[in-house]
Amino acid sequence: MAENVTPRVRVPKSAKPGEDITIKTLISHPMESGQRKDKEGNTIPRSIINRFVATFNGETVIDVTMEPAISTNPYFEFVAKVPEAGTFEFTWYDDDGSVYTDKQDIAVG
Amino acid sequence: MMTRTITAMAVALMATGTFAQAQDLVINGEIPITTRAPAPDFVPAFSEVISGWEFRSPETQQLETDDFENPGMLFVEAAREAFSEPLKEGGQSCADCHESPEALAGARAVYPKWDEEHGEVQTIEMQINECITERAGAEPWGYVSTEMDNMSALMSAVSRGMPVNVATDGPAHETWKQGEEMYYTRYGQLELSCANCHEDNYGNMIRADHLSQGQINGFPAYRLKNAKLNSVHDRFKGCIRDTRAQTFKPGSPEFVALELYVASRGNGLSVEGPSVRN
Repeated sequence: MAENVTPRVRVPKSAKPGEDITIKTLISHPMESGQRKDKEGNTIPRSIINRFVATFNGETVIDVTMEPAISTNPYFEFVAKVPEAGTFEFTWYDDDGSVYTDKQDIAVG
Repeated sequence: MMTRTITAMAVALMATGTFAQAQDLVINGEIPITTRAPAPDFVPAFSEVISGWEFRSPETQQLETDDFENPGMLFVEAAREAFSEPLKEGGQSCADCHESPEALAGARAVYPKWDEEHGEVQTIEMQINECITERAGAEPWGYVSTEMDNMSALMSAVSRGMPVNVATDGPAHETWKQGEEMYYTRYGQLELSCANCHEDNYGNMIRADHLSQGQINGFPAYRLKNAKLNSVHDRFKGCIRDTRAQTFKPGSPEFVALELYVASRGNGLSVEGPSVRN
């Protein structure tokens, strides 16, 4: 079980209709690859965020499969077009079954 | 005469070309950081002291301009939470004496400094441990430990933009002299002093690494190579190890003296930690 996992996102408060906006997301997570060994030589079990999804008003914006080579505290930045006011929802899926979410509203006009 | 002027200009261009700067460092669009300042009188080798930020690639530099992108800020956030947690069960927290981390703004800029009560120069880590053991009666943190590095990063973060201003005179002077002597002493099988790299050769490459002036105003530094905060003494240890010498221990009187001296060489630069370096 990964500790101190905190998602954070940055979405502009407002945008013009059809404008490209930049969204930044980051989740603090050790992203243990499953390849490393501890001091006693035992393999440290894999524990990563394996999927990241962003939706806007229920519609998928991106859906990312993540692999063990991705470094600690994975950061995603992407561009999206916003046709109308609404809510971005972000979901991260952990190997241990935990699901972390965050959401942010955006106004258009 | 003309030729000489042109040569002088070419030399000047080459000297500044090594770290050509497109922009100044402003964090979050609101905290301007001084990354170049006139060198203190006791550093005759430089006319200007330059933050390590100037020696990094544009991509790395940019990470420091926005707290969202600065991975070091994750550790600052962790320390913010720890600030109001009891230091031992049922005991006091940092917040019981110091209302908020912001109440300690400016502290980072003057450390290491002379502590009258203990009759020694203290680094901010030593001061933190003094609070933990003597005020809160709790177990001290390791000098280089996650908790300590995080808290030291928080202390830097709330002082960002303030000029480093450590005292080199008064009772701290003897320790400062000791640090100066260490700075110019050659260590290890490779017989390198701090000055050989950071004074004689800053701006040059040492194999794949771009040598900076070795300023510590940006510590603790988040290094991309190990994805964690690195404290000043950890960095000193790494440098001395690289000369193939037996290093001093983090928190040792030798490293405290060296930290005081090296910090004073950056007087006038802004507190910049947690910085992002490679």
